Amino acid sequence: MVHECAVLELIVISSLNGVLFGMLLFLLSSGLTVIFSMMGVLNFAHASFYMLGAFFGFQLTKWIGFWPAFVLAPLLVGAIGMVVERYGLRNTHKHGHVAELLLTFGLAFAIEEIVSMIWGRSPVDYRVPALLDFPAFTIFSTNYPAYKIFMLAVSVVIFVALLLVLKRTRVGLIVQAALTHPHMVGHLGHNVGRVFMVVFGVGSALAGLAGVIAGPALVTQSDMAASLGPILFVVIVFGGLGSLPGAFVASLVIGLVQTFAVALNGSLASVFGPLDSPGGPSALSDIWNVTIAQVAPIIPYLLLVIILIVRPMGLMGTRES
Amino acid sequence: MLEVRNLHAYYGKSHILQGVDLDVAAGEVVSLLGRNGVGRSTTVKAIMGEVSPQGTIRFKGKNIAGLPSYKIARLGLGYVPEHRDIFPSLTVRQNLLLGVKDTRRPGKWRLQDMLDMFPNLAARADTPAGVLSGGEKQMLTTCRTLMGDPDLIMIDEPTEGLAPLIVQQVGDLITRIAEAGVAILLVEQKLSIAMRISKRLYIMGHGRVVFEGTPDELKLNAAVRQEWLEV
Repeated sequence: MVHECAVLELIVISSLNGVLFGMLLFLLSSGLTVIFSMMGVLNFAHASFYMLGAFFGFQLTKWIGFWPAFVLAPLLVGAIGMVVERYGLRNTHKHGHVAELLLTFGLAFAIEEIVSMIWGRSPVDYRVPALLDFPAFTIFSTNYPAYKIFMLAVSVVIFVALLLVLKRTRVGLIVQAALTHPHMVGHLGHNVGRVFMVVFGVGSALAGLAGVIAGPALVTQSDMAASLGPILFVVIVFGGLGSLPGAFVASLVIGLVQTFAVALNGSLASVFGPLDSPGGPSALSDIWNVTIAQVAPIIPYLLLVIILIVRPMGLMGTRES
Repeated sequence: MLEVRNLHAYYGKSHILQGVDLDVAAGEVVSLLGRNGVGRSTTVKAIMGEVSPQGTIRFKGKNIAGLPSYKIARLGLGYVPEHRDIFPSLTVRQNLLLGVKDTRRPGKWRLQDMLDMFPNLAARADTPAGVLSGGEKQMLTTCRTLMGDPDLIMIDEPTEGLAPLIVQQVGDLITRIAEAGVAILLVEQKLSIAMRISKRLYIMGHGRVVFEGTPDELKLNAAVRQEWLEV
């Protein structure tokens, strides 16, 4: 009975954490995938905007408190994104996608160096605001922090808002049309350049927002972009490049898979029993005794490889190449 | 209304347009004819700013060469591209509404007029436009551009790949646009529609205009037809 409770507890808590991590990934992947389908550029600096959000959140919280920072930091990151599009990408566009790709690649390095110059390489003390620093509820024996519920709520609100803007407003229609036929949208008299800039800005702001709210819960450090970036690419390739619903499903899948893998701290050996030969441990026993938690970081990449073999366009992608 | 003088355009190193001159007056229907690859589509793309133009392009007296295409469109120049670029995931109605440039100033073509004119589109107003047939897509893109209330509409190969019956309908639509007083620059390969509705014709060859005249003049000039049009 006690054992069953523990399993149920693990499932409930991990599901919550997994959905939370997934929604956070979606805040990032939604912007990245929309920017990709519109401009044909994979923005390597997208995770850097997430990091900027976290550090701006940290710094502004110190100066003016968490709540103003929660509003201002994403706006600041969004403004930086717009400047990058208007004066960087738009000028490199005529030299082709490789130039644009290199620009975002260089930008990612530059942001990482600037961040570590200003804030150092060790984690900064970015804390959960006092208002939300209490357990929201207790399941079995686990206290679930209110801040995580807040993070979840913010992500869900943003998701719904994004959906409403895209599906219900004229601006959303123009964005949807520009995803497939940007030239045609221009021929109909809509300023596509401005649409690109705003979309890039909103995408960056969403990444910034993810940074602001994830900073206190995770670690705010100058390598956080470099460690999250690859997962982000897995998410958008897994979901299908350019597909917003695909990015949503993939974010949740990757979020849940990673969280469960870390939580299931059993090893294959504990399931099947030791395989060591009587003569002492063999070379293989090291592999046999690896825990699922230890392989957790590889799982997204394994999923990526499998999806690329089985369905190269991704879960919901439509592109052939 | 539209004056093109000494228009040149390049794709990479190849010199596609080598000094094109053409005019369209207000309310006039003009066709641009010629075989594949002579630069007809490139001419309208260069006018519209999709291909970078060199030379003079005046629309309503204003030099528009090199302007971004949304600004050109806002001056009242409509463009229906060859590939019928509908927005496939949006509904027919949404496609049409995106043709409106300024929701505060409705033009002379209303959504309901379009749907009344084409029962096929009306029946599918709320389905994604990606499922339409080629002919319906052509009607949709043309109507979508009309929703922006252009004074001159450039239509690139509207009948390409369509069945004869549908070609007839496209011809009727173009006639209707002309009757509403909108000037038309029609790019075509088939002679039938162009001869029927145009006031004047241009024939292109090797990146420049090689013949200019009325449909009657072209009918009498077998040499020009043979050299520049017939396969």
